[in-house]
Amino acid sequence: MSVTDLSGRTGGGAPRHHILSVLVENKAGVLSRVAGLFSRRGFNIYSLAVAPTDEDERFSRITIVVDVESAPLEQVVQQLDKLINVVSISQLAPSEAIERELLLATVAVGPTERSQVIQLVGVFGGEVVNVGGDQLTVMLAGRPEKIDDFEGLLENYEVLELQRTGRVALPKLERQPARPRPVAGTAG
Amino acid sequence: MQLTGAQALIKSLEMQGVEVMFGLPGGAILPVYDPIIDSSIRHILVRHEQGAGHMAEGYAMVTGRPGVAMVTSGPGATNIVTPLSNAYMDSTPLVVVSGQVATQSIGTDAFQECDITGVTNGITKHNWLIKDVDEIPRVVAAAFHVATTGRPGPVLIDMPKDISNATMEWYWPTSVEDLDLPGYHPVTFGDPERVRAAAELVLAADRPVIYAGGGILKARAAGPLRELAERTGIPVVTTLMARGAFPDSNELCLGMPGMHGNYTAVTALQRADLLIALGSRFDDRVTGKIDAFAPEAKVIHVDIDPAELGKVRRPDVGIAGDCRLVIEELLAALEALGLPSAGSAPAAGSRAARRPDLAPWWNRIHEWQERFPLHYRQSEGGAIKPEMVVETLRDASPVDTVVVAGVGQHQMWASQYWRFDYPYTWVNSGGAGTMGFAVPAAVGAKVGRPDRTVWAIDGDGCFQMTAQELVTATAEQIPVKVAILNNAYLGMVRQWQEMFYEERYSEVYLSPDLPDYVKWAEAMGCVGIRAESPEEVSPAIEKANGIDDRPVVIDFRTDAFEKVFPMVPAGASNDSIVVHPDQEGRPR
Repeated sequence: MSVTDLSGRTGGGAPRHHILSVLVENKAGVLSRVAGLFSRRGFNIYSLAVAPTDEDERFSRITIVVDVESAPLEQVVQQLDKLINVVSISQLAPSEAIERELLLATVAVGPTERSQVIQLVGVFGGEVVNVGGDQLTVMLAGRPEKIDDFEGLLENYEVLELQRTGRVALPKLERQPARPRPVAGTAG
Repeated sequence: MQLTGAQALIKSLEMQGVEVMFGLPGGAILPVYDPIIDSSIRHILVRHEQGAGHMAEGYAMVTGRPGVAMVTSGPGATNIVTPLSNAYMDSTPLVVVSGQVATQSIGTDAFQECDITGVTNGITKHNWLIKDVDEIPRVVAAAFHVATTGRPGPVLIDMPKDISNATMEWYWPTSVEDLDLPGYHPVTFGDPERVRAAAELVLAADRPVIYAGGGILKARAAGPLRELAERTGIPVVTTLMARGAFPDSNELCLGMPGMHGNYTAVTALQRADLLIALGSRFDDRVTGKIDAFAPEAKVIHVDIDPAELGKVRRPDVGIAGDCRLVIEELLAALEALGLPSAGSAPAAGSRAARRPDLAPWWNRIHEWQERFPLHYRQSEGGAIKPEMVVETLRDASPVDTVVVAGVGQHQMWASQYWRFDYPYTWVNSGGAGTMGFAVPAAVGAKVGRPDRTVWAIDGDGCFQMTAQELVTATAEQIPVKVAILNNAYLGMVRQWQEMFYEERYSEVYLSPDLPDYVKWAEAMGCVGIRAESPEEVSPAIEKANGIDDRPVVIDFRTDAFEKVFPMVPAGASNDSIVVHPDQEGRPR
């Protein structure tokens, strides 16, 4: 799984990633079945996030960002749908989705860098969440592209640790059907 | 009624109508073996767990019912991984029960512990690790439901020892809703609009071919397929997995396409303007180089697995559905467009009346058939040609004989030279290409169809992998017959080394008489026969066909240098099909 290049575009052309919102049974081993399917079919995952659903404790929701250059989206969806524990799959094109991601980073800061980093975090609307003698831990939640930009600017400093959550997504409300487009499965 | 988990498991199998199971006990599965003594289910004790799996496959392939196998944990379970993979590739319904260490020991590297659900995730349709004794009836019912519906396939139930010993109040799920499968909804009927679009394409085609695959047999659609072919006059190719799905003796049948398919079947697909793919999956052994496969053809693709539509070749009309139901829908749609019954004229002015004449297409097909029939040359006094053995065996055996093959040259010759006129008479390992499949699969097939003659046509390399299951056959009085086409080589590999590696033979020689196959057969309680010259072939077969109280093995010493033709080299276009040297230079 890679978290680099989340721009979602190749040279301004068609989106190279798609978001699948996959409702699965909340059972042991389900995540490994999903991850195993991607690896054995040669599909690439940009990011993957799992959480229980509010609606029904029997189910969890996996948000998968898929590289549609590694395989046609339709094939990824159809193969996923064959997993017995997958209940339904909704597909979100990047243009139809609100996507958000969270970044946490610990940066080494000397006396001059400290204020620069704090300023950078402020410009992006992030937060300093932990302060040490010569280190800062900062947090930013936002659009993946914004996270990319922030991460790129952080590289001017000595980043000791950096983690991103992978994106979660919901369909846009305006000019869109209120629900994600179900592409497979009948329940959910 | 209080039952132990073990009793509940066996009772659940009985409730599913299981009559026979194949297996081998061991520590973790011990509790489940106890109630087998009191069960109506016949248990066949194998000599290696791989044998249990392939027997269950052979049983399933001839009966259409799921094959059942039971093994212990750890090595018992890993030994049945190959059959699971084989059944997954060939969509054979299988229910395998494996023992597991007690739940409190899982994850501690306990004796004979193996994460078999993890191992088999990618080669089963689904698997279950039972964690609560109350789940047993529901999981068994779900396992059979999943294995046998939609695209069939193998499933595995992992049964920890403490669960087998625990007790539960017996129940039996009465409906699919009780099975807790919220994500499982197999398709059945095809989309009517697409079926109508398919019918339009059928009636517009100048050079159509029906490309029938193993799905026809799974869907029990041989009857509807025949009606479709006969009423439309469209030629049919039957893939390796579909041999017998359409009778070879029918004049519309072109036989097997693919890497070792006959020239006409291969070339008809290449020149077609419409492929009607029914339960076939555009396997690389059929298509050759995919970009060069059937370049002028539109494609109608019918498959019960929606993921097959467009996986390899994008169809013009893709229909997800059960082959039997979709063919029946397609026939109805064709009738609505004026298609008459076979032999009569279409209604004037109907769409069917404006259908192109297929005669020019058939003329081309007949030319190919005349120019490039399957061909070999048996010289008098020369070595036995393997093709001659298959033909002699075919002519000397009942027409509904079940033929079982391993993997390699012998498998191709069996598929090419047998005449398959009935469905479910051909059992082989297609997708996985599992050497050693034939002997145990033949035992399973004979258990499923004891009324039939069952001939395994095997290679010497394959035979050595699983021959010990003939001990099982003798002990259980399962009189299968095995014809070893003994060319003293791993023949298909030898053929590739001859053709593509400048005759540099690396690790393919086996020896014709080490082991001594006749003595080995006799040691296993079989009758052993040897045939060393062409004139000994017929008498050996006659003798073998006359024996019905024990297994028979014939060691046919065949020509080591015979190659399988035609052949499309791996990765090449089907247009570069290599014909038998005697046929080279003929106009194509």
